[in-house]
Amino acid sequence: MCTYTTEKIEITGSGKGAEGWFSLSDATVYYDHPVHAMAEHTLNIDFRNPGKGPSARVAVELTAESARALVGAIEAALAAVPPALVA
Amino acid sequence: MSEALTASTVTMNGHDGDEIEAYLAVPEDGSAARGSIVVLHHMPGYDTSTKEIVRKFAAHGYAALMPNLYYREAPGASPDDAAAVARASGGVPDERLVGDVAGAAGFLRALAGSNGKVGVIGYCSGGRQAFLAACSLPLDAAVDCYGAFIVSPVPEGVPLKVQPIVGLASNLSCPLLGLFGTDDKNPTPAETAELSQALDNAGKQHEFHTYDGAGHAFFAVDRVAYRPEAANDGWQKIWDFYSRYLAS
Repeated sequence: MCTYTTEKIEITGSGKGAEGWFSLSDATVYYDHPVHAMAEHTLNIDFRNPGKGPSARVAVELTAESARALVGAIEAALAAVPPALVA
Repeated sequence: MSEALTASTVTMNGHDGDEIEAYLAVPEDGSAARGSIVVLHHMPGYDTSTKEIVRKFAAHGYAALMPNLYYREAPGASPDDAAAVARASGGVPDERLVGDVAGAAGFLRALAGSNGKVGVIGYCSGGRQAFLAACSLPLDAAVDCYGAFIVSPVPEGVPLKVQPIVGLASNLSCPLLGLFGTDDKNPTPAETAELSQALDNAGKQHEFHTYDGAGHAFFAVDRVAYRPEAANDGWQKIWDFYSRYLAS
């Protein structure tokens, strides 16, 4: 199925795309058909900067298991440093 | 049939006269007048696999044209980047889609060798758009491959800016072939049955086939959703359907 679901958030940071590094302004997160991964559905994240054009995008397609592991790893990494660093 | 064809990227006028990119494939055997088909790409965009479908129609004797429905948002971008932009911005507005199909149909009718008959086919989001186009424009045959949100509204929180269009059923201008999978959730078999009932009520000619063991995107040969048995039978249904309604 195409789920069409899309979560969209504003973010601050940088990403490296096909033409090098660029600043990021938003991310879209959705669970739908992948373009490249060999799975029926994947958790897809587009890190983007629409102001720099459609190609200013870093894309990942993760299986649901991988996406959950990534969430856990991100939380663990943030929890492992002094709170003052991530305030 | 020699299956020889010529394929190229062209510029066509779409909604509001906008110049947009499109992919054209035309049979080289020009001995007989032929029908034409507007191909509406799936939500992942104007991509290589859908261009292969355009060429497949030309190899079977039809001129086929696929407008890049995301061209305005992302001219020159790779198909996946363009699709990401379209998803984030809520998809293709219905009014613009109808204008683009009208432009594509006019382009095809003006080609040398056209018999004046034009069909439409669409996959995924394009399936809904094929139905929309056939309810909005004078066409000769329409094929809806697993188009969602014809009957049911988009769920709350989903940014897709489209509304149900089953109410347009009485305006359908041509026969409709629907190809669906029992495992699909968008559209579900219950939703396609509701569409079929609406078409029956409106006295509109249609034939729907729903394949067991197949879900959304079962025609997509480069995806794990591909179901060759359903796709092969579906293609036979498409050739039979278009031969009946697009022949000279």
